[in-house]
Amino acid sequence: MAKNQVTTKSKQRNRNNVAYLFVLPFVVVFLIFSVYPVLRTLYLSFTSYKGFGDPVWLGLDNYKRVLTDKFFWRAFGNTLKIWGVNIVVQLGLAFLLTIVFSDIKYKMHGLPIFRAIYYLPNLIACTSVAFLFKTLLDWKYGSVNQMLISAGITSTQINWLGDVNIAPYVISIVGAWMWFGNSFIVLMAGVQGISTDYFEAAAIDGCGRWTRFFKITIPLLKPILLYTCITSLIGGLQLFDLPYLMNGPQGGTAGQPNGVLQTAVMYLYKFGFETRQTGYASAIAYTLFIIILIVSIIQFKWLGKED
Amino acid sequence: MNTVGYKIKKGILYILLIILALLCLLPFLLMMINATRSGVEITTGFTFIPSSHLKDNWEQLFKFVNLFRGMGNSLMVAVPATILCGYFSSITAYALAMYKFKGNKLIFIVNVLFMMIPAQLSLIGFYNLCMTLGLVNSYIPLIVPAVAAPGTVFFLRQYVQATLSPALIEAARIDGAGELHIFHKIVFPIMIPGVATMSIGAFIGNWNNYLTPLILLNNPEKMTLPVMISTLNAATDLQSNQGAIYLGVAISVIPILIAFCFFSKYIISSISAGGVKE
Repeated sequence: MAKNQVTTKSKQRNRNNVAYLFVLPFVVVFLIFSVYPVLRTLYLSFTSYKGFGDPVWLGLDNYKRVLTDKFFWRAFGNTLKIWGVNIVVQLGLAFLLTIVFSDIKYKMHGLPIFRAIYYLPNLIACTSVAFLFKTLLDWKYGSVNQMLISAGITSTQINWLGDVNIAPYVISIVGAWMWFGNSFIVLMAGVQGISTDYFEAAAIDGCGRWTRFFKITIPLLKPILLYTCITSLIGGLQLFDLPYLMNGPQGGTAGQPNGVLQTAVMYLYKFGFETRQTGYASAIAYTLFIIILIVSIIQFKWLGKED
Repeated sequence: MNTVGYKIKKGILYILLIILALLCLLPFLLMMINATRSGVEITTGFTFIPSSHLKDNWEQLFKFVNLFRGMGNSLMVAVPATILCGYFSSITAYALAMYKFKGNKLIFIVNVLFMMIPAQLSLIGFYNLCMTLGLVNSYIPLIVPAVAAPGTVFFLRQYVQATLSPALIEAARIDGAGELHIFHKIVFPIMIPGVATMSIGAFIGNWNNYLTPLILLNNPEKMTLPVMISTLNAATDLQSNQGAIYLGVAISVIPILIAFCFFSKYIISSISAGGVKE
């Protein structure tokens, strides 16, 4: 009996050793391609590395430079502006749709087909979306201006991507067009997880649609809302593909017109891969990360309190 | 309840929903129509009637880029990356969920931590590493990292815990099955719905990825579809014929539109699943 127990135990130990073999490929690749690059970027951010030769240690100089670099802060501001308008439109639309489809009085049909169509733009590569809209919004020959003029909505061509006062919001709207379907699905999945009993009981008690929305839907959706806000902020501050391809006649990191479409990651890309000030670009990456971290924690506290 | 006012309001809601759906589809429709029109026709105005210049546009476009080559390249990256991601994420998730070993918790925590880290943080270090290893213009850095996909591992670990009964594994062990054999013959088949969900997402992500191939691939022969499409920006002789540009975008979009018709149900359930986890 005792001997039996010992062999069972050693068998168990052998068995659990097999698990090391199972996780080994993951751990090796993870260390090489995920952990090392992140640490390498951190190290380079303290050096004057230029893409070749030996990195020279600079201490915090790169970070001091980032903090006083007015072009970095301009790019950061641009990103916030584009993201801010984008998220309001995107989440607003997703919320409205969620209210419509979860309404117990109207009981709207066709959710699967509408949801599929609204989600479709998410699947298209950002590069293709960027080109499609860049061409459709061309101020001289684009279909959008042609349609608006023939419908009599405007008499002159609108320079969608060339006017400094319009271009950032055009990017926001194109982004919202791409991503609202995703927010809608996530929010809708959350609402479907809420028992309809709550809504019906509230309706019997005489609560209107908006009261139900603010008193039941929003509080119960809070974890999902938090998840959506944080992922959207992390995604939003990384905005690159759309503005990089849609700005100016040929795209690029300049963010034409007048640099209003230059986002923080475009600025990072410029130093990291064009002018090859790798060390400085690394410091930009980490500064952005620290900002994202702080904002995420604030969001977490702010949305997470009241519990 | 069925008053006239109620019906009108409901009708208005449907109309608004349909308008929104049309706004989602209209750009694709305009794209396809304009792909058949000549540059001159496009400058004169828009129409919903297709024209006859598809062939001219096609010839002009393919003189500049071979998009089918780009599609082939994208497949060469996305297919192996998806398979690696599906297989290795499952085996890792299974080990983390069902075995007790030293470091299990640590791996899980670091995994979750890396789910939160934005990609731009590793971008420069990643490129630097690829230069050191001589992997610029190679598909290896686009494929191999798929072995370690933190989001997929996290999701599948939850999935295993919810769907796999430890008794089933015990029974197989009593029958004398080896551990790897148990994974391949019993665990993996049970995990397939979860793996399929994550694989669809992984495939789309790899197929559409732009920034990483942009920094790594500068040989035109090797460019994936999104990078190839982005080179249209610099094609000044194409800029004079917007029809060819519309066609280029259309060729890159249509395979996804077709795939979506077949897979939309799975794709949407995968996002719902991803969003509900807290």
